[in-house]
This record gives sequence, C-alpha cells and structure tokens, in this order.
Amino acid sequence: MKKLLILGAGTSGTMMANHMIKKLPKEEWSVTIVDQYKTHYYQPGFLFLPFDLYKTKDVKKKGEKFIPKGANYILEKIDKILPEENKVKLETQTVDYDILIIATGTKIAPEESEGMKEEMWHKNIFDFYTYEGSKGLRNKLREWQGGKLVVHITEMPIKCPVAPLEFAFLADSFFLNKGMRDKVDITFVTPLGGAFTKPKATEALHYLLEEKGIKEVVDFNLAEVDYKNNKIIDYAGVEVDYDLLVTVPTNLGDEMIERSGLGDDMNFVPTNKATLQSKAHENIFVIGDASNIPASKAGSVAHFEAEILEENLLRYIDGQELKEEFDGHANCFIETGHGKALLIDFNYTHEPVEGSFPFPIIGPLKLLKETRMNHMGKLAFRWIYWNMLIKGTHIPFVTAKMSEKGRNYDN
Amino acid sequence: MDNVNLNEEGYLTDFSQWSKEVAEKIAAENEISLTDKHWEVVDFLQKKHNNEEALSIRGIKKSGVINIKEFYDLFPGGPLKISTKIAGIPKPKSCI
Ligand SMILES: Cc1cc2nc3c(=O)[nH]c(=O)nc-3n(C[C@H](O)[C@H](O)[C@H](O)COP(=O)(O)OP(=O)(O)OC[C@H]3O[C@@H](n4cnc5c(N)ncnc54)[C@H](O)[C@@H]3O)c2cc1C
Repeated sequence: MKKLLILGAGTSGTMMANHMIKKLPKEEWSVTIVDQYKTHYYQPGFLFLPFDLYKTKDVKKKGEKFIPKGANYILEKIDKILPEENKVKLETQTVDYDILIIATGTKIAPEESEGMKEEMWHKNIFDFYTYEGSKGLRNKLREWQGGKLVVHITEMPIKCPVAPLEFAFLADSFFLNKGMRDKVDITFVTPLGGAFTKPKATEALHYLLEEKGIKEVVDFNLAEVDYKNNKIIDYAGVEVDYDLLVTVPTNLGDEMIERSGLGDDMNFVPTNKATLQSKAHENIFVIGDASNIPASKAGSVAHFEAEILEENLLRYIDGQELKEEFDGHANCFIETGHGKALLIDFNYTHEPVEGSFPFPIIGPLKLLKETRMNHMGKLAFRWIYWNMLIKGTHIPFVTAKMSEKGRNYDN
Repeated sequence: MDNVNLNEEGYLTDFSQWSKEVAEKIAAENEISLTDKHWEVVDFLQKKHNNEEALSIRGIKKSGVINIKEFYDLFPGGPLKISTKIAGIPKPKSCI
C-alpha cells in the first residue's frame, strides 16, 4: 500500500484530501491528513466578525465534517518532517509517506515586533487574523467610544494582502452607521509605497481613501510598538499615535518547517512556482500559504493550485513529467463598505485591470469597480467555501488558469 | 537617461538595461553617491530578486550585509524604495 500524507487540514489540505481520495485507487493508496485543531476556521470571516456582520458560528465548524470518508484523520501537532527518511514525527507517533503534501499555511507572529505582544495585546492592540483576535476586537468595538484608529501592516508578505485595507473601509462604514464617524480618525499605515501599489489599481481606486477620509502613512517599517505611550515608531523615527491599534503582525510559516530545515528565513518552503513541487525533495509538494511562491496567499489561489497539484501528483505517480501550469491566478473580492465590493483577478504577469467576470462583457461581476453585485459575491463566497471549495467540488465557469478575455489590457 | 526604459515612478522596466553606470545615475538623482557598502546591498537585493524572494526590512536585517540603521543611513527616505530603484528591480508591492 502506498501512502499520501497531507500536513494541515486548513483550506488547502482539506481540498487536496477531497481531490485525491477521488482520484487515487483505494486498493493502492491510503490518504492521511493531520492537523493540530479539531476546528476548521473560515478565515475570510475574521474580517466581518469584528463588525458584528458575522456571528462566531459562521466562521468555525468541526473539521471532521469536511474530511472525506476513507481518509485517515489524525488530530495531533506535527513536530518535524524527516525528508531523508520519508517520515513525519507527530507528538505521539511517527508516520511514513511515499508522497507528502505540505499545507500548514502561515500564521501571525506578533512576538517578532518589540512591544507588540506585551500587556496591551488584545486590550488596545488587536490582530484580526486569528479567531481570538477577531472576536476580541468585536467586543472592543462594541463599546469603543472613538479616538484614533490605526490599521497597520507590519511587514510583507501577509496572507490576504488586501484584508487590512478592507478592514479600514468596513470600519468607516461601521462607525458611520453607529453615528460616530466624526469621533473616529482612521489612519492606514503600510510598509509599502501606498495602500495601492499597482498603477492601474491606484488610478482606479485611490479615490476610495479620499472619499472615506482615511489617511495614509506609507513606507513605514515598524521598529517598535511603544505600548506605554500608545504609538508605533518606525526605523526612521516617524511616530504614529493610536488609541486603538489594529495590526497585521509579521506572517511566518509554522515553526515545524524551521525545525525540519525546509524553510526560507520566514519559514516558507521553497517551491517551484509553476509545478508546486518543493525545490529540495521530489516527493514533497507544497500548496497554499506554506509555500514561498510569489503568488498571493489566499484561499482562491489555493483553490486554483489544487487543480494543478492534483494533476501533477497523478503525473508524478505515473512517472510523467510535471506540468508547468500554475500561473499565479488569484481572484479576490475586496469589501469597500456600505454594501459594496470590488473584484480583482490577476496572475504572475498581469496586474488587476477593469473588465467583467467570469464571462467577457456580461459579467455579471465587474472587475476593479465598486458594485453591490460584487459584495453579494463576497458573501456568497462563504457558502461556496463551506459547501463546494474545501470539499473539492469544481466551481463552474472559474478556471485555474486566468482568462484574458473581456479584460481591458493595454497590450 | 538615454537608452533605458523607466516606468512612471522611475524604475527600470527591463533589467537587461541595468548597468553600474545606470545605477550611478539613478543614485545621483536621489542625491546618493554609491560606496562599496551600497554596492553590496545592491548585489544582495538583485540576488534575492532573482530567486523570487520577497524583499523586506527583515530580509535586510538577516542579510548579514548591513543592519537596519546603516540601511536607512545609506538610502535616506524610503530605503527599500530607493535601493530597489538603484538595483534596477521592481519596488516591493502588494497585489493591488
Ligand atoms: C482576515 C482574513 C481574511 C481573508 N480573506 C480572504 C478572502 O476574502 N479570500 C481568500 O481567498 N482568502 C482570504 N484569506 C486567506 C485564506 O484564509 C488563506 O489563504 C487560506 O486559508 C490558506 O489555506 P492553507 O490551507 O494554506 O492554510 P490554513 O487554512 O491556514 O491551514 C493551515 C492548517 O495547518 C495546520 N497546522 C499548521 N502547523 C501545524 C502543526 N505544526 N501541526 C499540526 N497542524 C498544523 C493549522 O492548524 C491549519 O489548520 C483571508 C485570511 C484572513 C486571515
């Protein structure tokens, strides 16, 4: 019996278990999937929870429900991969594999920044990238009387790079609805050159910040959170005061990757960006946020990767050459508040542009434009996620490789 | 600058057009004259970029080439923004 072992039962791991159990002959292959938590979180929902737009039950379910019948599901912390022996050490047992899929994602590391995870952590300094942070922030916002709200990105890369900007937009909408927008000052602080960094998106979208009265502080590289005096300080000495700091801390791959000697300096696994095979070992593949490929770290990206990885695993088993197919395709809804959203579609080579999705001209979704329909799309994504995406059901009309039809490219 | 294509923000659009002379000209426009230390940083950034690794202040911190204070001293203002421009590689960006 040959063994496929999947590390991590988040978005990518669960999807791959569902894909591969259907494709691999039962008599020849076993499929095992490991995760440390029994809960599967819908992370995109962490954006809505703080504003009481989602309830806690919308963002977490029992992981078991989504693991296919016939797969072995182990709930244990992964200690270390032993790639030379084709084995993985868990807390209480060691399991071996013929093929390994790493899908352990990325998580926040607030302890990387001086002063962040000290006594004010989850008091007036919050993240919204974890369930605890998002829920704590919801409780805080329910009673907050206003002041300086600073929405901050510590350093790139982060998963779902647009989430902090969406947070700022939704905050504007939230305080307006509460009748206290005039009591809140919103500032967006980023290490990049702007809230928008690509020319077409900047041109099409910068008005959003002006319209919503959101200030921008750019090129800000965090040196320290001065939590005693409520300010963040960058290496050039620039200071930004806050009453409430909503930060996205440094995102790192799991420490297990570091312990296994398989990561780069942020614990992401060096991976071939077109085939998804790890660079160091031919029987180790990487999907989702855990890899170092220069694509966005997003659930939609993992979904497109899964289709290509499924095919490449089958080719690998057959001794055929791998397909160099993955083009970095990402497709993300961006909430802009007030019941509207944008949709962006891009890949390694094309920046987001205007056009229609998924069908040329008729859409119904509009790329790079703020519409109500796009907002409905974002809300529908939750249903699609729990009912189709992680279960490995094909989503009609949306292809893994990006379509260039119906797009307003210059060339 | 003759014979090189720059985007609207002054970054080279084609790395094959980069040369030490081009780097010196871009540096001069940013009121920087390049020392050996600058060249070391430029070389480090180009290597990271060729490996398709993300550029960040952390990368600089861990580079062994330079510490962050020196980095700010060498490229005053937005050090990552300016040093990447001189190195002929794109500035670090997000997906939009
Ligand atoms: C606030 C927020 C908003 C987002 N919005 C969107 C959006 O609108 N659209 C979109 O497409 N994406 C969005 N994302 C991103 C999306 O959630 C992730 O990209 C996606 O979940 C990545 O899937 P993954 O399987 O690679 O990692 P994950 O889903 O994070 O799964 C990793 C799993 O590995 C397990 N694991 C890790 N290490 C170990 C270990 N040592 N032992 C045992 N188990 C381990 C973890 O417990 C976890 O279950 C958002 C993310 C956040 C935080």
